[in-house]
Amino acid sequence: MLEIRNLHASVEGHEILKGVNLTVNAGELHSIMGPNGSGKSTLAQVLAGRDTYKVTQGEVLYEGRNLLEMDPDERARAGVFMAFQYPVEIPGVNTAYFLRAALNSIRKHRGLEELDAADFLDWVKDKMKLVDMDERLLNRSINEGFSGGEKKRGEILQMAVLEPKLAIMDETDSGLDIDALKIVARGVNTLRSADRAIIVITHYQRVLDYIVPDFVHVLIDGRIVRSGGKELALELEEKGYAGVEQKNAATEPITS
Amino acid sequence: MLQVAQKTDDYLSRFAQLEARLAGDGATFLLPIRKKAIERFAQLGFPTTRQEDWRFTNVAPIARTAFGAATGDGEAVEAQQLATSALMQADWPRLVFVNGYVAPQLSSVGKLPGGARLESLAAVAHADPEALQQHLAGYADYQDHPFTALNTAFMEDGAYVHIPKGVYLEQPIHLVFVSTADAEPVVSHPRNLIVAETGSQATIIESYLGLGDGVYFTNAVTEIVVGENAVIDHYKVGREAQQAYHIGTTQIYQDRSSNASSHAVTIGGALVRNDINTVLDGEGAQCTLNGLYLVSGRQHVDNHLRVEHAKPHCDSREFFKGVLDGHGKAVFTGRIIVRKDAQKTDAKQTNMNLLLSDHAQVDTKPQLEIFANDVKCTHGATIGQIDENAMFYLRSRGLSEPASRSLMVYAFASEAIDRIQPQLLRAQLRQTLFDWLPEGHRLQDAR
Repeated sequence: MLEIRNLHASVEGHEILKGVNLTVNAGELHSIMGPNGSGKSTLAQVLAGRDTYKVTQGEVLYEGRNLLEMDPDERARAGVFMAFQYPVEIPGVNTAYFLRAALNSIRKHRGLEELDAADFLDWVKDKMKLVDMDERLLNRSINEGFSGGEKKRGEILQMAVLEPKLAIMDETDSGLDIDALKIVARGVNTLRSADRAIIVITHYQRVLDYIVPDFVHVLIDGRIVRSGGKELALELEEKGYAGVEQKNAATEPITS
Repeated sequence: MLQVAQKTDDYLSRFAQLEARLAGDGATFLLPIRKKAIERFAQLGFPTTRQEDWRFTNVAPIARTAFGAATGDGEAVEAQQLATSALMQADWPRLVFVNGYVAPQLSSVGKLPGGARLESLAAVAHADPEALQQHLAGYADYQDHPFTALNTAFMEDGAYVHIPKGVYLEQPIHLVFVSTADAEPVVSHPRNLIVAETGSQATIIESYLGLGDGVYFTNAVTEIVVGENAVIDHYKVGREAQQAYHIGTTQIYQDRSSNASSHAVTIGGALVRNDINTVLDGEGAQCTLNGLYLVSGRQHVDNHLRVEHAKPHCDSREFFKGVLDGHGKAVFTGRIIVRKDAQKTDAKQTNMNLLLSDHAQVDTKPQLEIFANDVKCTHGATIGQIDENAMFYLRSRGLSEPASRSLMVYAFASEAIDRIQPQLLRAQLRQTLFDWLPEGHRLQDAR
């Protein structure tokens, strides 16, 4: 589904990604772990199409298409979704309207009938239960006045509504208390399916107690230095990033 | 300069004709006022950008155009055309003016409750001039404002609204000013007088609308007298044609404990200047001046506010928002004067602008003159662009670039539209905003 080959990206002249290679297939859940400043969020933003990051080398294929040539909205309509690390507050834009407009643009692209306000409400109500969100939030402006936990759950709600093929969670677990983390994890686990790929980008091993990955990758200084199964996360927990990096010096990085 | 002086002379010679025509007509009290006004105009001439009040608005295009006098041509306007384009509502009592003159066949006043009056100013001046004498030309300053001087000299028709003591008008009164200019440039000088007596309440909507493609100049003045404890909600919706010039003054006078609001929505016109002035001349009076301007192409829109706190314990709130695209230009001046006696004044002013293009321009200027020592005055102005983070967020969910942009503009402007009270007018203005926005039709149900 996704093939990242030798991806280099920079922001304001500083190279952040220095040759990332990663293959993700449908049905898989990958976790990318790394310390602060390793390039995790840059990778997520580049995949979502943020133009403040400049790709200087390499390529990204999504379902065989050149992802980097697609506009952010085109990517979304093609099934790419990124849960933002910092969801944006947009005063004056009604959440229900926004979600329906987003869903309809994607449905239209998939050749499905657009939903009217009433049908959409039915559609979204179930999804809201999944993330334990109050329906009243639908009538508020996007993320405005939402708590940190509500914003993150809102991202999972959007993912549940938009049903992406490829979902990238950018530190969705950061800053969550254990209850909110469980809700987010439940949402992600419910959305795991054979035709969907999920990439969970995280700083902390804790989330992987609730979302069990098929593959774990360690991103340090713009490169994936280790890849492995879920046990790699435990190793990280034990030894820290420094320990893992040292080991890497002796072995070739593995890509899944 | 020579050319400008010539056009000033045009107005002076036309005044002589008007004077002859009006000689012996009802409102004799007006003649000396007209004379003083035209003399003052002759002294002042058209304003230039060297004058502080006109620094950012160049009226040379108006000064150098030879405008003929407009004639009322109600036959040229079809009721249907008007109904669809003038934000009209069947059950609102309305007076329609075509090129400055009342068009009875397009108007529908019905019977207003409590002896309230909604009549053509020309008709009242002819038949019942005493009704006008106390207030007409008593508030709008023609000593320092050349266009108000011109209007005062040339005023013929407009609306006279009188709401007697304690009367509450449930339905908004709608004053519709249609211009039909096609070939020759014409000028009209609509003049409205709205008097709300003690304890009365009403909503007044002024709509300005251009149906022709030609150049015309609307030079309007509205005086609003808000009596003790009276409540007036006033709306001015400017949707003049693309080549139109509109200079308009809304002059509000407020007595003790009165509550006035005036909302100025400007969408059309090549050059628009709204002077909105209120004098809070009784203790405990409150005023709210709100506005929204959508400016594109090479339009120029200037909102010039002056709030005078003359008595203690008065509140004023100003909230103006603007969206500018293309080479559009907007000016906002918010002058707040707090007189020596006006202790416990609470004045707040906000002007926010959203620039959609690198070529759009805004000049925003608060002017506070405070002579009292126990007052609260705050002001804030912002000029910003669409938040790129928000744009990326919307687009990352599948909304196209233009749809995301329109949604952001809508979100910005709706804060101003949401302050509009008559639900119907609010819905109509929202629709007008959708029409203005690219892909705006997709936002129909964005609420």
